Amino acid sequence: MRKKKWKNLKEAAIKAFFFTCGILAILVLIGIFLTLLLTAIPAFREIKISEFLTSTHWDPTSPEKAEYGLLSMIVSTLMVTVGAMLLAVPIGIGVAAYLSDVAHWRVREILKPVIEILAGIPSVVVGFLGLVLFGPAIAKIFHTGNGLNAVNGSVLLAIMSLPTIISISEDSLNAVPRAYSEASLALGASPWQTLFRVKLPAALSGIIAACMLGMGRAIGETMTVLMVTGNARAFPHGFLNSVRTMTANIAIELGEVPYFTTHYYALFAIGLVLFIMTFAVNLAADVVLRKYQEREQ
Amino acid sequence: MSSAETASKIQARNLDFYYGDVRALKNVTIDCYDRKVTAIIGPSGCGKSTFIRTLNRMNDVIAGTRVEGTILLDGKDINAPDVDVVELRRRVGMVFQKPNPFPKSIFDNIAYGLRINGLRDRRKLEETVERSLRGAALWEEVKDRLDENAFALSGGQQQRLCIARSLAVEPEVILFDEPCSAIDPIATAKVEDLIEDLKKSYTVVIVTHNMQQAARVSDFTAFMMLGELVEFDVTEKIFTNPANKLTEDYVTGRFG
Amino acid sequence: MKPAARKKIIQVIGFLALRAAMFLVLAILLLFLYDIGKKGGGVISWEFLSQAPRRGMTEGGIFPAIFGTFLVTVITAVLSVPLGMCAAIYLNEYAKQTGLTRLIRLSIRNLSGVPSIVYGLFGVILFVNVLRFGTSVLSAGLTLGLMTLPWTITASEEALKTIPNAYREGALALGATKWQMIRTNVLPYAVPGMLTGTVLGLARAAGETAPILFTGAAFYLPFLPKSLGDQFMALPYHLYIMATQHHAILQVRPLAYGTALVLIVLVLGMNMTAVVVRYRLRRKQR
Repeated sequence: MRKKKWKNLKEAAIKAFFFTCGILAILVLIGIFLTLLLTAIPAFREIKISEFLTSTHWDPTSPEKAEYGLLSMIVSTLMVTVGAMLLAVPIGIGVAAYLSDVAHWRVREILKPVIEILAGIPSVVVGFLGLVLFGPAIAKIFHTGNGLNAVNGSVLLAIMSLPTIISISEDSLNAVPRAYSEASLALGASPWQTLFRVKLPAALSGIIAACMLGMGRAIGETMTVLMVTGNARAFPHGFLNSVRTMTANIAIELGEVPYFTTHYYALFAIGLVLFIMTFAVNLAADVVLRKYQEREQ
Repeated sequence: MSSAETASKIQARNLDFYYGDVRALKNVTIDCYDRKVTAIIGPSGCGKSTFIRTLNRMNDVIAGTRVEGTILLDGKDINAPDVDVVELRRRVGMVFQKPNPFPKSIFDNIAYGLRINGLRDRRKLEETVERSLRGAALWEEVKDRLDENAFALSGGQQQRLCIARSLAVEPEVILFDEPCSAIDPIATAKVEDLIEDLKKSYTVVIVTHNMQQAARVSDFTAFMMLGELVEFDVTEKIFTNPANKLTEDYVTGRFG
Repeated sequence: MKPAARKKIIQVIGFLALRAAMFLVLAILLLFLYDIGKKGGGVISWEFLSQAPRRGMTEGGIFPAIFGTFLVTVITAVLSVPLGMCAAIYLNEYAKQTGLTRLIRLSIRNLSGVPSIVYGLFGVILFVNVLRFGTSVLSAGLTLGLMTLPWTITASEEALKTIPNAYREGALALGATKWQMIRTNVLPYAVPGMLTGTVLGLARAAGETAPILFTGAAFYLPFLPKSLGDQFMALPYHLYIMATQHHAILQVRPLAYGTALVLIVLVLGMNMTAVVVRYRLRRKQR
């Protein structure tokens, strides 16, 4: 009887231990949010939130008047992200469709690990290659001094987000019930028509989610954009301008700023904006994806 | 009932079972007698597997399920809060529909239940493994290759291995959940012979969709449909002179 | 006959476009690997791998960076692997479908989308300042450990899901307690898969720069870290410096290529080992 009690106690303790590890994910997420929030708040003792979000001038170290306007960086981040999506979405969906509907299964077995290799290349290496390979090429094509601009950033971010877009889109294309395509083929539709008119629409929400997750990755990516966009602080007027994203700005300035100054806090405020933006995008992608999976079941 | 002289080992009384909102068992009352074979038959989806899994509370594993009514094992409610479900499952062994040997050696498969109960003595383990394998009529076939992976056995041998595995922990009751549905006819015959043997020392409950099997191996038969018990009686009576028209239709093969 | 011919032509063109997309992606990957292999290969020598940088990092090797990346990855693994495995065990073996469980899963998916530089900011506050580990290899490793946690959990849960339910029910039916069932009849078969999955996450961590920028990575150190409280040099950060921050960028470009090659071999090596092992495991399970 006593042995049994001991056994039950042990089981309960073990379960409690695993439970603690399980809820850690929630704690870390909340912890990140609260840390950013609490460290960002002191920044707004000196900076007006309206200035922070709407001014285009960021010059925290100016001897006359420190300025903390984030808008240029928000626009820069959105610009390279949109540029990246313009490239990555069609290519990514194309590759996903190729893998799911065109490629022979043996070819697919080889190509899928190849996509994983692409996903595995560290962002700093991609940034380096953007610098040495794409930079000169872009400079030549667009006749700009150097190739360090939003175009280069967009190209690299597209490469970084492709694996995400490809793998999740392919999964959702594969999840389309075979009966759909068989029905379409049996009506005399060509494989292309079946892919385009039946499978892609059926997998659409999964593909949208894939693109949003890819976009979330692009917004938060640091090293590649830091290395190839030139990092000028001015408000960008076109894709051939040098731009500085929010992530790059944190990377550039946090190393040089004295701890616990308004500038330091302001960098955490940028982190908070970044966190909220990526969180919103990922959450939206998640909702789309879950809805879709529920419908499938 | 004719076999009033044997004691009732398990008494299920007014049993209801729910998967979420779906009521899978409706007011089922069945007795399983000591050292007898009780067969549960009925068309698929009638609740027979659900019923047998309530007897060792295997349904606890499935989320969102609920039991109402009582199940008495030796007169004690197995769903009472002070009952140790682990101990219950040791006393009430189970053999599953598909043979489920663990990916271990034959020896380790049989010894598994003993080891988790803390038995370390090698000689005792060996004794029990041999006794269990003999009990499951498998000893002669595997005695020279106890160290081989259990997956190397044929399907029928695997199922007898699973029976031996449950014998090793010395249960009082053995539940068979369609034990022959995944094995061939010759292996089925062996398992049926084995069940015949086992009832000398154990209470046996078997779920089957095979009426001939129920007729061959069981002493009592319960016929279930749509979660309800239609008729429960001595096997011979169920198959020769059922009281209920539905039972007669089923056992004569008119539906199901 | 005519519409059929048109249909055919559209299909040919359409599929051609899809092939072109695939070809483009392959071409980029090959270009990357070829460029780094060719220009980095010439730099690699025993000296490059085994010596420290000299003369303001214009000569010498990258050994401190290799060592530092190895060290920080070990710390990452020590935090992330056990925690990730235990969280996965909770989710797959214990958790019921409750609101809390859904919230945990949602958190995990969102954590994997948090930008790496944000993890860096979090690490600066939590490990460097609050826990007073300073800018050190420990702080950097723990920061990377938190970043990899969602990947480790997901990979471990995938491995647990491949274990047939029959093993669990079989053990329970013999009177095993839940933990006995997990310990003796689930984990032994799941751990190899869990480990290979987590290696993929660790490989990504080894190549990360942003989270370690402010938590412990150093521009240049004349000595190797002697304790976990020391700063360290890391391959990705070293590459970043050699590529963009060095005073003689063009002169050290070959060294940057060499660093990139070593980094990519390390990361892809870990990746491919894990992928191959995982493939073999899946085969065996079938």
